[in-house]
Amino acid sequence: MLGSFFERLSKVLRKRWFVANRMLLTFALLGLLIFVFIILPLAKMIFASDPSVLLDTLLDPEVNGAIILSLYSALIATIVGFVLGIPLAYFLARVDFPGKRLVEGLIDVPIVVPHTAAGIALLFVFGRQFVLGKALSFLGIEVLDSRFGIVIAMLFVSIPFLIDSAKTGFLKVDVRLEKVARTLGASPWQAFFKVSLPLAWRSIMAGNIMMWARGISEFGAVIILAYHPMIAPTLVLDRFEAYGLSYSRPIAAILIILCLIIFITMRTIAYRGEKT
Amino acid sequence: MIAVKNLSVELGSFRLRDISLKVETGEYFIILGPTGAGKTVLLESIAGLYPIKDGQIWLRGNEVTGIEPEKRNISIVYQDHVLFPHLSVADNIGFGLRMRKYSRQKIKETINEFADLLGIVSLLDRNPGTLSGGERQKVALARALSVQPKLLLLDEPLSALDPETREWVRMEMRRIHDRLKVTTIHVTHDFEEAIALGDHIAVVGDGKLQQVGTVEQIFRHPNSEFVARFTIARNILTGQVITNRKGDSIFRTEGVDLVVATELRGNWHASIRPEDILLSTEPLQSSARNSFYGTITDIVDKGSTVYLTVNLPPDFICLVTRRSFEDMGLKGGSNVYITFKASAVHLF
Repeated sequence: MLGSFFERLSKVLRKRWFVANRMLLTFALLGLLIFVFIILPLAKMIFASDPSVLLDTLLDPEVNGAIILSLYSALIATIVGFVLGIPLAYFLARVDFPGKRLVEGLIDVPIVVPHTAAGIALLFVFGRQFVLGKALSFLGIEVLDSRFGIVIAMLFVSIPFLIDSAKTGFLKVDVRLEKVARTLGASPWQAFFKVSLPLAWRSIMAGNIMMWARGISEFGAVIILAYHPMIAPTLVLDRFEAYGLSYSRPIAAILIILCLIIFITMRTIAYRGEKT
Repeated sequence: MIAVKNLSVELGSFRLRDISLKVETGEYFIILGPTGAGKTVLLESIAGLYPIKDGQIWLRGNEVTGIEPEKRNISIVYQDHVLFPHLSVADNIGFGLRMRKYSRQKIKETINEFADLLGIVSLLDRNPGTLSGGERQKVALARALSVQPKLLLLDEPLSALDPETREWVRMEMRRIHDRLKVTTIHVTHDFEEAIALGDHIAVVGDGKLQQVGTVEQIFRHPNSEFVARFTIARNILTGQVITNRKGDSIFRTEGVDLVVATELRGNWHASIRPEDILLSTEPLQSSARNSFYGTITDIVDKGSTVYLTVNLPPDFICLVTRRSFEDMGLKGGSNVYITFKASAVHLF
């Protein structure tokens, strides 16, 4: 019985299509492993939760307040990032200057530093004992333990995603399209808004989504600047430490479900009609 | 009149020095030069898209050297006809009109007028990505012409097209120029294109202007080795295609009638590649329709090959291998027969 199984197996392994596609099959197998690794915890979290518990948790004002705060703060960070980051991305895509590589490298630094370290670094600039923090405090803007602080932390760690994506988008726009637009009577501003920006729009939207997502998932830098008011990830940790796993899990599950819904929707909207 | 005075441009290690050109209003002016001679940069400099190092550009009596490209009213068409991929054909053509804030009605009329002129009315709703090379070229031309430019710059507009498309687009361009009389500077590396379209030709190379003149002047009297390299080893004739009594197509030029394979009629240029011409000391019995008797007047030794000029008249340049040249015992003053097929005569 076992012998015939091995015989059949070795027959399959000698088949031409198998031999021809050995490499791709191996890769597919390895890929499956990592895919399951990603999916399993997420799926388990979602399907092991009792829907009624999830609903109760969602109705808890502290929970939905934290979730809304997370979404809202990340959105504000993304809007600020858009207004300031897109011009920089365009500049980097079009202008060569000495030290450009260094500048590009530095912009990506927030991605690679540990986020708690990033939070400490931000504290050094926005803390009340430092100039910028003092100035803002004088204007009545508190950074520490405020929504402003949350946005600052999210902006810092997520802006590189938008800049990089937008820059790639602008690089893909043929400079001669802008030149043609200029000869047809467009000012540099018009050429940017009528040609470059619409043509890079997909990359910019992808960058916006990435940035927003990164903002929602940010935790390390935020708790250093603002433990309160609590964003959703902070609340998960807070409940976990105070009451244990069973109290933090429903919130975590809701967060995952919400993020999935949001990002699938946004990607669908952003990539609608795109030919691959 | 368009005048470029002592223009100098730098691009990396390469430079264009001291370029001066005069193009009369309504003229079709050709800039001929090898790939990489900086022709695109020259055009972009004239349009104000590339910073110039030195020199002046005058457009109908006004200096435009320091003026932004959008205020010059100079249109440009690039080699691969970069159309705005996010706009329909109609919106591509109307782009410059919208920038000029024309009324909706006027924009629509102008788009239709130029689409009609170029025969692309049926394409107006299409997306540029779905067009063929020839169609894209026409849309790019319509877009450039719709703003009624004082000067039209064409950067190798035909080189991205396949040979057959190139032929009819070239005829179209000639027709449209004759109709609209837009002053045009057309850059190319193709000598035939230059002859077929140009009123005057400027040859650029090695970073500077080599020669400016009429087609005849450049072709008959190249002033340098560089210009000669473009024109030598080509048999180019000007003449008329007619039908003879037997119903054959005949290209009639300077005393000889060549049998040609074409449906075209009227005034054309003809070219015959030197390597397509057979040389013999006796008349050849063959299927080739053109056979003439002439005298060798010039011999240019190129090593393994030899260029011979055979005078009928007119002069024909023929290419033979050194081996055949020696075997046949040819020398200056020898009488020979030249033979070539009707299909070896290319009309343009």
